[in-house]
Amino acid sequence: MAQVTLRKVVKKYDEVLAVRGIDLDISDKEFIVLVGPSGCGKSTTLRMIAGLEEISGGDIAIGGHVVNDVPPKDRDIAMVFQNYALYPHMNVYENMSFGLKLKKTPKDVIDQRVKQAAQILDITELLDRKPKQLSGGQRQRVAMGRAIVRDPKVFLFDEPLSNLDAKLRVQMRTEIKKVHQKVRTTTVYVTHDQVEAMTLADRVVVMNGGLIEQVGSPNDLYHSPATKFVAGFIGSPAMNFIACQLEQAAGALRVRLNDTLSFPVPTERTARYSGHVGKANLMLGLRPEHIAETRPHVEPNQHDFDMVIDVVEPMGMETLVYFTVNGREVCGRVNPNAGATAAQSMKLRADLSNMHLIDDSTGKVL
Amino acid sequence: MADASIASGAPSRPKYGSMSRDRTWALRWSYFFLVLFAIFFLMPPIYMLITSLKTSAEISAATNPWWISNPTLQNYIDLLSQNQFLVFFRNSAIVSICVVILTMMISVIAAFALARMKFWGSATLATGVFLTYLIPETLLFIPLFKMFAWVNETLGIQLMNHWWTMIILYPTLTVPFATWIMIGYFASIPKELDEAALIDGATWMQTLTKIFIPVALPGIIAATIFTFTVSWAQFLYPLAFTTSTSELVLPVGIITTLIKGDVFNWGQIMTGALLGAAPPLIIYAFLMDYYIAGLTAGATKG
Repeated sequence: MAQVTLRKVVKKYDEVLAVRGIDLDISDKEFIVLVGPSGCGKSTTLRMIAGLEEISGGDIAIGGHVVNDVPPKDRDIAMVFQNYALYPHMNVYENMSFGLKLKKTPKDVIDQRVKQAAQILDITELLDRKPKQLSGGQRQRVAMGRAIVRDPKVFLFDEPLSNLDAKLRVQMRTEIKKVHQKVRTTTVYVTHDQVEAMTLADRVVVMNGGLIEQVGSPNDLYHSPATKFVAGFIGSPAMNFIACQLEQAAGALRVRLNDTLSFPVPTERTARYSGHVGKANLMLGLRPEHIAETRPHVEPNQHDFDMVIDVVEPMGMETLVYFTVNGREVCGRVNPNAGATAAQSMKLRADLSNMHLIDDSTGKVL
Repeated sequence: MADASIASGAPSRPKYGSMSRDRTWALRWSYFFLVLFAIFFLMPPIYMLITSLKTSAEISAATNPWWISNPTLQNYIDLLSQNQFLVFFRNSAIVSICVVILTMMISVIAAFALARMKFWGSATLATGVFLTYLIPETLLFIPLFKMFAWVNETLGIQLMNHWWTMIILYPTLTVPFATWIMIGYFASIPKELDEAALIDGATWMQTLTKIFIPVALPGIIAATIFTFTVSWAQFLYPLAFTTSTSELVLPVGIITTLIKGDVFNWGQIMTGALLGAAPPLIIYAFLMDYYIAGLTAGATKG
């Protein structure tokens, strides 16, 4: 059993607070991804779990034991680094067996474990090569192999795919997921790429400015973001934010974007939003896929409006259209055959059943 | 021809020098200066070789100094049959080998600590190490005299006039520079490598011996060659601190025993100098590949 628990963990560099007291419970065998922009403290948090950074406050426990003052080698963890950090003078076999050798593991056990890990990662034929004879993807596999053979309580990944080209990154992402399905070990994975976070994680931890913004399953974060930051960070293209006002008329609520554009709020949200009528600094959050071309069949909470398109970006399976509302650029995803043309008016449809109302002064999703 | 037709077709187009012509000129200049430097630097050793093959009579005769009329190996035979010369050679060899071992043991560990084990004042210490190297030895030998006298008075150990004293003295010159080279080399090793070793369960000492030393081998060899050359060629300290013939090292030995008053035994001096230059030359020849790798390390990502 290897749960990882963080309690009020703080990291201070001189006077700069890199991590400002975070609480996190990671259950056994769970795949957790820490995601956020650069400087949000995600790597620092991972390095504190690894023991490579001392913690300035709080407690970190692995498998129920507080490890604040335990050196990295005694924490029973394995780490995969962004630049692989393979020992250049050792071949793949020696790289993978180095940790076990230091632990004085019997030779036959080492041999068995290395070969087993090599088989999982499909690198058996590379075992006697030196790291410089390997491609980026192969080096990454070896780095993972080095982690797997040690059979640790926790795997730590520090942006392991950032050095790979786009195609290989997608391939290795799948590979990592497969490996986790075979070797079910508690995993903490750091990335700045929200797609990686969404595709890999059981639960995603979104960090910003040294604090945790939200913890949840990929779908939770996508559909029910707690803050404007999470709403804008998860999803690509990012969620549209448009300044709006909440009006009450004849018992129903409307979001008014400007004099000409307003939409009725879905009735199931009336109770939730009714306290915010007339409030300043409200924003409507709507994902690009909830702005599409109009269709003959009308679903509940879908509303048509006309808009002059500024820019059209064909992506193949869909076309992105950009237009301006209240001086802000708004993105929609339409069918490639819908005939979107720049500088021409187009009838679009907004799906308000997936709307978010955000209080811009607190950054909270209401 | 193609050049001409393009130029006539588009007269406004600027003319570019041809790439191969540029290269030809660059090569000509390179050859010119390289040959010039080669002649300049090889002249003294060639002159030494020629002189070492002449008899004393021929050296002092007013003939063409670049020509040998009666080549002879007498100088070599005389020198190598003198027990004295072999003693100098032995002293130099023992001193240099011991200094290399001592220097590398100190500077590799010191450099590792200064480059990697972040502790309070490590950066200042690293600069301090380099500053020590900048103090010229000519300033140091008088204070060293004083220290030796003090050691003799308080501990009763006579450090003056012993060849083995050089084993303690030379590292004052070699350790700072070797440490400085190694700090630079260790600093070029990615930080993640020692973190990976740390997580793999290596102690600091294991990280040094199993990861850093093998990875930094070219740098260590560069530092070794440097240390050997400095201790083999060191002149001032042995001249100042040793006097008895049996305690001299090679450079001082050749000068003090082959120059008697104003009589210069040129043939043997040149022979001794040539023979003395052989060991560093042999070491260079063997370790040249590593040495160059060491000098250019970090220039490109490996």
